Amino acid sequence: MNMIEVRGLTKRFRESEVLRGIDLDVAKGEVLAVIGPSGSGKTTLLRCLNCLEAPSGGRIRVGEIEIDGTVALNRQKQRVRQLRQHVGFVFQNFNLFPHRTALENVIEGPVIVKGESRAVAEERGRNLLAKVGLGDKLDSYPARLSGGQQQRVAIARALAMQPDVLLFDEPTSALDPELVGEVLSTIRSLAVERRTMLIVTHEMNFARDVADRVLFMDGGVIVEQGSARTLFADPKHERTRRFLRKVLHQETSESA
Amino acid sequence: MTFNIDLLVQSVPLLLKGAGYTVLLSLGGMFFGLVLGFILALMRLSSVTLLSRLALVYISFIRGTPLLVQLFLIYYGLPQFGIRLDPISSAMIGFSLNMAAYTAEILRGSIASIDRGQREAALSIGMTSFQMMRRVILPQAARVALPPLGNSFISLVKDTSMAATIQVPDLFRQAQLITARTFEVFTMYISVALIYWVISVCLDWAQYRLEWRANRHTAGK
Repeated sequence: MNMIEVRGLTKRFRESEVLRGIDLDVAKGEVLAVIGPSGSGKTTLLRCLNCLEAPSGGRIRVGEIEIDGTVALNRQKQRVRQLRQHVGFVFQNFNLFPHRTALENVIEGPVIVKGESRAVAEERGRNLLAKVGLGDKLDSYPARLSGGQQQRVAIARALAMQPDVLLFDEPTSALDPELVGEVLSTIRSLAVERRTMLIVTHEMNFARDVADRVLFMDGGVIVEQGSARTLFADPKHERTRRFLRKVLHQETSESA
Repeated sequence: MTFNIDLLVQSVPLLLKGAGYTVLLSLGGMFFGLVLGFILALMRLSSVTLLSRLALVYISFIRGTPLLVQLFLIYYGLPQFGIRLDPISSAMIGFSLNMAAYTAEILRGSIASIDRGQREAALSIGMTSFQMMRRVILPQAARVALPPLGNSFISLVKDTSMAATIQVPDLFRQAQLITARTFEVFTMYISVALIYWVISVCLDWAQYRLEWRANRHTAGK
């Protein structure tokens, strides 16, 4: 059984239709990169998967939990909260809790939401922060951390819930260029562990290296998908080609 | 003959008694104003239109009418409906209801000022709305609310002098009574002014301490 199953997912914001019927299957342990021009609906798709955005129609299943997109979220609150506990989300702007230390940020979910004992949660929290290279920053407040460090704490916070799926919404877009690498290598190490992940990203080289499959979205639909190698080397659709030409050209001219 | 120190010394017991009422009304008004104001702020932010409208009208009425008129309404107006309250209760109710409206607006603004990402981060780890409010939004909103709340409280301390007009034997009223007897106007009013100042400075200090505590997490970049 696939870990994620999306059928006919739609999302409207007033008049504009942001998602126009998305079908998607993600296998357990698969790493997906979602690329596409801004406004293509890729972030909205990701946010719908965690119900941060209420779908307008269709359905979403993650593991055992199914969300009916035609029903208002606050009429299936229990299931929405369950889903969120199984689906970790990493935001573009980190969104750490500024009044809590790195370790407190990480144990907040396990202790408050899952009711784990503080000792157990702290033990795992310390290990996770050590794993993302912040073993010496346990007691630092977010304001004292660099953007890259904050994002790595945010990744540890998502991992602390022991989720089945991790969603990354442009995790490096808000970072200074010299801090991008540390976050990407953290995500790469998670990919190596075969965690199920969806990554919305503008880092094409990263997508090519890390993802098993790449989705290209435009105008609220999945235009094309395939293995990272084939999609980048031999895109089938004109829209994909045009997009790739533009962004890849930018990347080479930047590195030149 | 400008400052009559003997009279001041004689008046100390009465002034202290008056100051006691002033402090009592200030603290009471703050406490009940905060509690009521918090409820009003939640009503304002509620998605139930009726609740939010009710709170809006209440806040608008209280902020749009003079405190003195509100006190008169309670103390002199309510007896016409058979509700007879003693001066201190009337003043306490008046100050609490008045503070509540200002506090509500401060709290509402502070809660609304917290970045949407904080809400989303809380929800994304599966928190309920209640957990989100208690663990994420309110601790941060409190920090934003402290300086304007401090201002309101200090205003309240001074506004309690209006209680004198409805027969509360507060600090200002004591000064009025003593001057009526002795005609030592300057002595009494400057003494009373200084006492109000001392009370306000104490509040300033308390506010400063609280702000320092609330900010020590995020400050010091």
